[in-house]
Amino acid sequence: MSLKSLTKPWQPMSYGFLDASAKRELRRKMLKSVAVPGCQMPYASREVPMARGWGTGGLQVSLTLLNPRLRVKVIDQGADDSVNAASIRRFLALVSGAPVTLDTLGADLIQSRHRIPEEIMREDQILVLQVPNPEPLRSVQPNMSIARQMHADADYGRMWLQLYEQIVRSGRVMQGAGYPSLVNGRHVMTPSPIPRWDVPKLNMAKHLSILSAGREKRIFAVPPFTRVEPLVFDDVPYRVEDHGGLTCSRSTAKGFFMNEIPQVDGSSTYEVSDSSYGVKTIQNREGDDVEFGETWYKDGEMTQ
Amino acid sequence: MTRVMDAPRIVTTKPLVVVRNVDKNYGSVQALRQVSALVYPGEVLGIVGESGSGKSTLLRMMNLEETPDSGTYTLDLPDVSGNLFELDRFARRMLCATRIGIVYQNPHHGLLMRHSSSGNVAERLLVAGERNFATLRAKAKSALAASEFPLERLDAPPIELSGGMQQRVQLAKAIALEPALLLLDEPTTGLDVSVQALVLDTLKRLQQERRITMVIVSHDLGVIRTVADRVMVMRRGEVVEAGLVDQIFQDPQHAYTQQLVHAKL
Ligand SMILES: Nc1ncnc2c1ncn2[C@@H]1O[C@H](COP(=O)(O)OP(=O)(O)O)[C@@H](O)[C@H]1O
Ligand SMILES: [Mg+2]
Repeated sequence: MSLKSLTKPWQPMSYGFLDASAKRELRRKMLKSVAVPGCQMPYASREVPMARGWGTGGLQVSLTLLNPRLRVKVIDQGADDSVNAASIRRFLALVSGAPVTLDTLGADLIQSRHRIPEEIMREDQILVLQVPNPEPLRSVQPNMSIARQMHADADYGRMWLQLYEQIVRSGRVMQGAGYPSLVNGRHVMTPSPIPRWDVPKLNMAKHLSILSAGREKRIFAVPPFTRVEPLVFDDVPYRVEDHGGLTCSRSTAKGFFMNEIPQVDGSSTYEVSDSSYGVKTIQNREGDDVEFGETWYKDGEMTQ
Repeated sequence: MTRVMDAPRIVTTKPLVVVRNVDKNYGSVQALRQVSALVYPGEVLGIVGESGSGKSTLLRMMNLEETPDSGTYTLDLPDVSGNLFELDRFARRMLCATRIGIVYQNPHHGLLMRHSSSGNVAERLLVAGERNFATLRAKAKSALAASEFPLERLDAPPIELSGGMQQRVQLAKAIALEPALLLLDEPTTGLDVSVQALVLDTLKRLQQERRITMVIVSHDLGVIRTVADRVMVMRRGEVVEAGLVDQIFQDPQHAYTQQLVHAKL
């Protein structure tokens, strides 16, 4: 046995960009976060060829999970075609050899910024959400060591106080994206800045969601079939954005989360935010053979 | 003449609060030295003493914010037992949040100055698990009304209120859950004399209507004389004398108390 036979041929970078020990740490932290749903696990966020705050947390999770047998989709605010989504998708494919797709149904792993696709995700799919601020208590408790104690004690009264103050001041709950939610009846998490529209999709979902903040170095997860309840008062129901009745001006898709496009005359038109779903709707109208998945919302109403 | 130190008036009742032999040092400062105190259900215990005599420290101990170097503290309540100083952080927090109310001398200490006044009261109910908005609001309102807080300012933040009003918000917060024990640390210090009298009236009324057990700390003998049934005189971390208010004021035994009473007259 020669020394040469024990070594691998020289490569310009590690497989999947991250080195093996980084990936091992991420895997362990992911397992921990699945074991304690909604609880933030610290990890040593590595440098990746992208600035912190651009999805480096999600990227590290994707790099750890990807292999050439998994098909990857990348979403940025619902769209597959933004510069950021396109670069991340190309980078992931380059360093892992994974094939890419724009179709939610065909993806094994979906890395997303600020949206959950409109088509229901399956047991065999993983959603990786990029998280800018993992700490839901930050707005009520700037001292992070006290915030950790509050999580340990499930001391969340201040979160409801925040809602109380919003109702008293503005007559309604003002919290928009990143609506704080109780996971598995125990830990309050921020579901990353997804719209209120998307939060109910996490409740008892079939798929695994992993949420990762690269700058803040925290990973947390919503395992399959886990309760995710937005914080509300008993007598003030949770409300999603009023998009149920809107129609997409390009694809005519109706009853989904929309992007508002302001017009010069002061009015607005709307485009379906899930660009892949919009494209499929257009292709379908043009007579192409496209497969649609079941959607979480039907006619603008959550189905479960 | 010998003096019976503890409440001859209600000897048959079990004390609600028993604090025994508490010592507390801050570095070389002996803040409390072998301090013991009893508080009977429904009574108002006054604690007087010059500034720095350890009054606030003792009150913080009773609110389980601090742990002494030695000593014990028990509360005679259903499902509360043992030396409370030995409880862990979580158990302490739950006990304070639900059974003990406190009004601090400095409202900045007890209130969220930029939240609404009603929200400050509601927080206390939220910690105890209330999750109905209408109920929270109704209960906050009624606690504020009981503290004679003007309800048209219900949602004004304390930072926009006068000192007297801030103390009423603190009081409302403290009584919102019908506490077993209400602790008041110089609740009228820093207020105008006329406002002081109003706050004291509110306290007396609350005491008469609800029979809340109270411990009120003040360096002002007049305040203690107005609201307390019994009084404990502290000096340099020690209890020098204790007894019924009338006894102590008419016939002080300890030289220090005599000095206090005569200085006041
Ligand atoms: N957190 C602390 N650290 C150091 N010294 C303290 C602390 N709290 C109180 N002390 C000291 O303990 C003594 C009693 O203080 P305190 O209980 O505030 O008196 P009072 O309320 O009667 O004016 C004072 O000498 C004070 O300086
Ligand atoms: Mg003091």
